[in-house]
Amino acid sequence: MKTYQADEKGYYGEFGGAYIPEMLYPNTEELRQNYIRIMQDPSFKKEFDQLLKDYVGRPTPLYFADRLSRKYNTKIYLKREDLCHTGAHKVNNTIGQILMAKKLGKNRIIAETGAGQHGVATATVCALMGIECIVYMGEIDIARQAPNVARMKMLGAEVRPALSGSRTLKDATNEAIRDWINNPVDTHYIIGSVVGPHPYPDMVARFQSVISEEIKWQLKEKEGRENPDYVVACVGGGSNAAGAFYHYLDIPEVGIIAVEAAGKGIDSGESAATSALGKVGIIHGSKTLLMQTHDGQITEPYSISAGLDYPGVGPMHANLFASGRGEFISITDDDAMKAGLLLSKMEGIIPAIESSHALAILEHRKFKPEDVVVINLSGRGDKDLNNYIEYFNL
Amino acid sequence: MGNRINKKLNEDGKLLSIYFTAGYPKLGDTVEIIQQLEKNGVDIIEIGLPFSDPLADGPTIQQSSTAALKNGMTTEILFDQLKDIRKSVSIPLIIMGYFNPMLQYGVDAFCKKCQEIGVDGLIIPDLPVDVYHEEYQETFEKYGLINVFLITPQTSEKRIRFIDSVSNGFIYMVSSASVTGAQSGFGDEQQAYFQRIADMKLKNPQIVGFGISNSETFEQATKSAKGAIIGSAFIKHLNGHGVDGIDKFIETIR
Repeated sequence: MKTYQADEKGYYGEFGGAYIPEMLYPNTEELRQNYIRIMQDPSFKKEFDQLLKDYVGRPTPLYFADRLSRKYNTKIYLKREDLCHTGAHKVNNTIGQILMAKKLGKNRIIAETGAGQHGVATATVCALMGIECIVYMGEIDIARQAPNVARMKMLGAEVRPALSGSRTLKDATNEAIRDWINNPVDTHYIIGSVVGPHPYPDMVARFQSVISEEIKWQLKEKEGRENPDYVVACVGGGSNAAGAFYHYLDIPEVGIIAVEAAGKGIDSGESAATSALGKVGIIHGSKTLLMQTHDGQITEPYSISAGLDYPGVGPMHANLFASGRGEFISITDDDAMKAGLLLSKMEGIIPAIESSHALAILEHRKFKPEDVVVINLSGRGDKDLNNYIEYFNL
Repeated sequence: MGNRINKKLNEDGKLLSIYFTAGYPKLGDTVEIIQQLEKNGVDIIEIGLPFSDPLADGPTIQQSSTAALKNGMTTEILFDQLKDIRKSVSIPLIIMGYFNPMLQYGVDAFCKKCQEIGVDGLIIPDLPVDVYHEEYQETFEKYGLINVFLITPQTSEKRIRFIDSVSNGFIYMVSSASVTGAQSGFGDEQQAYFQRIADMKLKNPQIVGFGISNSETFEQATKSAKGAIIGSAFIKHLNGHGVDGIDKFIETIR
């Protein structure tokens, strides 16, 4: 059967794999040999499920957005990942990976972060487990995201500035990888998205797959069927999308819609729409689509949403795009901001700007009245209040 | 084919290899640096093709790469600078760079160009031996290029044997678990590692890299290995002195 899941070497079609320096080979190999076994171990599953329930607050509701549905004349459900502890889906993965690190006997955690959401989610689980935590963050992002830097510090993490290259997310990722090269034995690297060398994309997707697992039974309760007509999610690196799509990847009757950040417009030179602007290449150990110069230098993306401005995309999504399995739509800053404000006023939910991109497709794409459309509301908008205030002069 | 690297490895004595980033400190310094290094007795030169995201490199080489890119260095410019290099330089030349720029140029076209110019080998840290063996080895061999692989203190014996079987030049022995330019001096642990590898009696000689910056570390590294590579220390020299005084820098090594 044709599958859109990873094969045993970590390839999704032609995308994925592990293009890493030899210095990283033992680290990723240890993980590769053990991750599936550990995840399937009943004691691991029990602890993971328990923490998702008692600590994260799962299952998150699948909410029928009545007023929004009437406005767009279709049936819209919101998967409320914004209600997770720490405010976004990111924590599903960090809970999984901290338990993985413990099983592997690691006593030091490193992570990269862009806007700080994954950094906060990592610092949170490290505090929970009493494990040392170092978060790499671009020097420019540290200045832009002061509240999240403060949160990480309160949670006991050390925030180390990435001073190299463009001093943003991709450079923070480089620094975290370099740290891992320098500390191969005692350290586990918690990558925040479905990116990086195999087995990370598959492992992170599996931890996030709880999202679509819940959608299935929740939708069955509400609509009498497990499969929606469409599942919609925003894609930066693509972890919330991977989780929302996961159990539907190989069910062709479920339409998959991935929403990327067009920034100021695809042709503006300030965009993060990787499927439209990227070419096949290697970034952070994975063969995937990425934004780069003619000469193969990785370029700096732009989006008003810090969680979407990654120059690459997870290999699962590159394959969904290249194979035509997924429908890729890009949404500008302006349209995303409007969609965020609309959801706030119509449903009383202030979404993260990342999630607002997914919501914005309702203005751009027609659905039938009987269609069931599940939109993954990946995070809440508290962290984005300053952006909203500035944009709308609130 | 008779690759210059193999001939050099068959010579007596310990080999000194120097790495520098092409396009640094100035865009047009490439040829001058290569000529100076040969004139001062360097055995093998690694020409760094700069990359925006050099994962395996420490701050010194990262900064030189960023500066070289800012100076305008590209794959095409580097090839153009090197087009007549074999009229004046006869020692082995290796291009060291990350895989993405080569992929964008086209691996076949890149290798073909290397052969035309007289580049003898490549070091591509993020092209793992397994992928090379399955997908690219034929291409490299078609153009007579030697691909050099890294091993580290954590590399298993089985994998070292595999790397040895796929290699046909030398093995780049990374001195410790680190990025480039990270440490100073070799302790007992590293000496034991050098000896362990020497005792494996691999078919390819080993050249040690990472952490070599002066005559003392050069001697320690080459006690059991065929040679040693200096990168970050030379970049620091270039940073301070430009292309002047390369002779004095080499004198401090041997």
